[in-house]
Amino acid sequence: MGLLSDPVRRRALARLVLRLNAPLCVLSYVAGIAWFLALAFPPLTQRTYMSENAMGSTMVEEQFAGGERARSFARDFAAHRRKSGALPVAWLERTMRSVGLEVYTQSFSRKLPFPDETHERYMVSGINVYGILRAPRAASTESLVLTVPCGPESPNSQAVGLMLALAAHFRGMQSSPLQGRAGAIQAAVALELSSDVVTSLDVAVEGLNGQLPNLDLLNLFQTFCQKGGLLCTLQGKLQPQDWTSADGPLQGVQTLLLMALQQASGHPHGAHGLFLRYRVEALTLRGVNSFRQYKYDLVAVGKALEGMFRKLNHLLERLHQSFFFYLLPTLSRFVSIGLYMPAAGFLLLVLGLKALELWVQLHEAGVGPEEAGGTPGSSPPLPATQRVGLASLVAPLLISQAVGLALYVLPVLGQHVAAQHFPVAEAEAVVLTLLAVYAAGLALPHSTHWVLSTQAPDRSWMALKLVALIYLALQLACITLTNFSLGFLLAATMVPGAALTKPSGPRPLRAALLVLTSPAAALLGGLFLWQRLQEAPVSLAEGWRLFLAVLAQGVLAHHTYGALLFPLLALGLFPCWLLFWNVLFWKR
Amino acid sequence: LAGAGPLGAPLSLLVLLLLGPGVWGQTEPPRDSLREELVITPLPSGDVAATFQFRTRWIRSLSHYRLFPKALGQLISKYSLRELHLSLTQGFWRTRYWGTPFLQAPSGAELWAWFQDTVTDVDKSWKELSNVLSGIFCASLNFIDSTNTVTPSASFKPLGLANGTDHSFLRYAVLPREVVCTENLTPWKKLLPCSSKAGLSVLLKADRLFHTSYHSQAVHIRPVCRDARCASISWELRQTLSVVFDAFVTGQGKQDWSLFRIRSLCGPLPLCPQDNETLEVYPPPLTTYQDVVLGTRKTYAVYDLLDTAVINNSRSLNLQLKWKRPPGNEAPPTPFLYAQRYVSGYGLHNGELSTLLYNTHPYRAFPVLLLDTVPWYLRLYVHTLTITSKGKENKPSYIHYQPAQDRMQPHLLEMLIQLPASSVTKVSIQFERALLKWTEYTPDPNHGFYVSPSVLSALVPSEVTAQPVDWEESPLFNTLFPASDSSSYFMRLYTEPLLVSLPTPDFSMPYNVICLTCTVVAVCYGSFYNLLTRTFQIEEPSKGGLARRLANLIRRARGVPPL
Repeated sequence: MGLLSDPVRRRALARLVLRLNAPLCVLSYVAGIAWFLALAFPPLTQRTYMSENAMGSTMVEEQFAGGERARSFARDFAAHRRKSGALPVAWLERTMRSVGLEVYTQSFSRKLPFPDETHERYMVSGINVYGILRAPRAASTESLVLTVPCGPESPNSQAVGLMLALAAHFRGMQSSPLQGRAGAIQAAVALELSSDVVTSLDVAVEGLNGQLPNLDLLNLFQTFCQKGGLLCTLQGKLQPQDWTSADGPLQGVQTLLLMALQQASGHPHGAHGLFLRYRVEALTLRGVNSFRQYKYDLVAVGKALEGMFRKLNHLLERLHQSFFFYLLPTLSRFVSIGLYMPAAGFLLLVLGLKALELWVQLHEAGVGPEEAGGTPGSSPPLPATQRVGLASLVAPLLISQAVGLALYVLPVLGQHVAAQHFPVAEAEAVVLTLLAVYAAGLALPHSTHWVLSTQAPDRSWMALKLVALIYLALQLACITLTNFSLGFLLAATMVPGAALTKPSGPRPLRAALLVLTSPAAALLGGLFLWQRLQEAPVSLAEGWRLFLAVLAQGVLAHHTYGALLFPLLALGLFPCWLLFWNVLFWKR
Repeated sequence: LAGAGPLGAPLSLLVLLLLGPGVWGQTEPPRDSLREELVITPLPSGDVAATFQFRTRWIRSLSHYRLFPKALGQLISKYSLRELHLSLTQGFWRTRYWGTPFLQAPSGAELWAWFQDTVTDVDKSWKELSNVLSGIFCASLNFIDSTNTVTPSASFKPLGLANGTDHSFLRYAVLPREVVCTENLTPWKKLLPCSSKAGLSVLLKADRLFHTSYHSQAVHIRPVCRDARCASISWELRQTLSVVFDAFVTGQGKQDWSLFRIRSLCGPLPLCPQDNETLEVYPPPLTTYQDVVLGTRKTYAVYDLLDTAVINNSRSLNLQLKWKRPPGNEAPPTPFLYAQRYVSGYGLHNGELSTLLYNTHPYRAFPVLLLDTVPWYLRLYVHTLTITSKGKENKPSYIHYQPAQDRMQPHLLEMLIQLPASSVTKVSIQFERALLKWTEYTPDPNHGFYVSPSVLSALVPSEVTAQPVDWEESPLFNTLFPASDSSSYFMRLYTEPLLVSLPTPDFSMPYNVICLTCTVVAVCYGSFYNLLTRTFQIEEPSKGGLARRLANLIRRARGVPPL
């Protein structure tokens, strides 16, 4: 730090930063991306291990043998459901009571801000049926949850059957039973199963806003996968067998990217996602029935679940020992927060370096030419008398924030007006308004100029870019801390455009680059990447349709679950990006 | 056996086993007496509850103990006790499913005592009393201190004879975290005159009693009238033990039941062949007892074990109970009053305590005294206290609130709330979690911090008018609470204890954190602070010392440029 307090050395350092700025930026950006891709390779990934003592060493024995019972429950459930055309609440209540549970129902309804495209309805309503298995001599203080989502699109009959059979099994036991509900929920498992036999179990961890359950819960699942010899997948990808050659890590990179995209979307990857919001550790297990030779019946799945619940029952405290922030290249390996953060750090360093360069240029210009004698030729000598007007900073900031606010508010508010005047449905109206406001924002620089006094244009754009850079860096840093994947992906796309923007040089080229690195383009790119990694690449037209659907879903998820991606993009990153757009079209 | 009532209410049948030297009906009670009783009740949910009661009466005399346990007798004199009530409970009585209990106890340990008005320092006596009881019952009652002791102003009245009720002589504490097991059962059994060698207490086998859904053992000491004229008092020790057997687990889903199944006494006897009642009991009882208990008329089959006719031909008795209709899978009937309590909210900052009070009586409203004891580390926001019934605000007619003091005393909130007919009343209050000192966390892995249950004391309207009972002659289970009037009966209910997690630091981390923080602060903070607050200027070299000035004078004189 003595380096910085000595003015002579400080000047030297500043000169170094200015001279080496471009190579440093490129190096830092490349390092960031490379670091991220390297996360799938062994020195950076570690094998997962169980941290929680209560679940690690204790042995449990699974005795579940109710496969036949589960299948008959599933058949009955499916038949009753077909007959009534809806959830057979009465049948569920009767069955749960007959296996000795306390049964309750809860009806819910939720008004949507606009009808979603698939169902065309404003009101979503239904009934939750839940049974409570009371643990003997326990006073309803804690509970574990096994939940089966029964939406109109997911039949899940087998999951219901297995759940009921498991409940009956747990009820009939005398030792180590489950704790009932109606207390603080310690952990939850959501089950999705639609066939009598499965070839593999897929586990989903990503919850709302990219929240993840404690890694120990996943470790627990993996333990029972290994114990029962079940085939378990993550993001639909099998575990690579050979980790020493390049194939394993390369597959790990794919899985890692899939997880990052899924986490960044902030959309829950299963019914467990909403539990995480209330600090209940949860994950979703999905039965997959593919064309593989070897199949497992419901007993194997039931045993894995039973074992998990027995071990969860041993918990003496909330799950907190293991990691809450991690990335998974495979099911058995993880990257901890300390190892993946540098990737984002390198990307954000680019913004910092650019900001430093601008600051030094502004500062030296302010001090006067004789002080800044050693300024390298890359930065043009600026007249000393220029002062940056506050208005030239505040006006673009306010205007772009106002556009962001419009982007956030107008689509839902104006859907009826739009639907009246144009031949579109409400859901389409929302998406189209969204795009319209977004595009209208691009016309902004031409309209902001009449607000501004045009003295000292050079210093003004530099000051504005400096503010925008710091604003972007702060936002991305905050996002990265809570949802690494989102922060990293946004940084990876937005940083180059932001760093290269200036109102000189080949403007159309720079404009094209900036548009390509805008938040919406990042979203579109993410969609294509996702489809490609899922091995279901889409054409451009399909991708565009998908993009529109995703936009509507994003807005809807914000209004129903409180997903934060939409407000984050609309109120935070889009206005920030508009500032760069302003800089690009600065009138000189 | 007389049918209990219409088929719709077949559950009001109880089996009563009586045993004891002080046989009821005797006009002049002996100086000390013991009576034992076991009530077996099929619960509405299909489970079976067994309630043991042992009553020892003692005419207090100096150091003369026949039946009364000496340990407790000495307590009474040493601490000038007027009443003592201690219960140790594992599990929770689910009133909604099991119906109204004879005597409910909160999960964990509960202790309340009235002291004589001659006691000068009640708190000191209370502290010593809890420590002594802790030793006697092998329970952690020594954890009772000022942070969990309260003096309720209205909820707890003396159950025995009392002249005045100055509440400053009452102390009440609950330890919801207490775990009850065989180590507590053994000292409890030893208080009986014959321990577990004779009488009904031979049935008290720990391996069976702790394989139940609910286990509660209690000791109640109170002064009662010695005879009908009530000229003098004698001390009554009641030891009660209630267990609920899970019929689903023990009976493979059937609700039929026999004493043998619960605990093997002897070989089973054949079942009774006639099939025209909903319910039958075998062997047929010699006497029955009919009374209004907890507001409904019930019939009890009575087996007096001292009566030789009961066990004349075989030396064993196996009670059996059989349902004629298979149990339906519909929800069981609901009692008039039950309650539910939960903590809502998530995160570690704020939360809300909510208590739901259900009055299912179709047309009668009745008042309920609600007592809440909340530990100091949940800081209640009293202005957020809301009581709503049927969507309208319900103003309590009596409120006693004693705020908590950190590490000194808990919150005490007592309210008299009128519950409208067929309504749900919600009492909610918000709280903030306090940060504890690091030594105040429990050393072991823990689920969280327990909040003791709310206590509901209510006069619930009866379905049928009760006749005044003869205190001496009626069975024990009916005579613990003094009857108030014929149209209502007294009932005390407890809600679930709550589990609240407080912000807990990761205790393995502090060392790392301290090291890291110190380094970061030392290296970065100071330098950055300097950089940000100081302005740096290039300082001209000073004029120099005296020698230099002199030299410069000489140089100036010579016309040479100065140094």
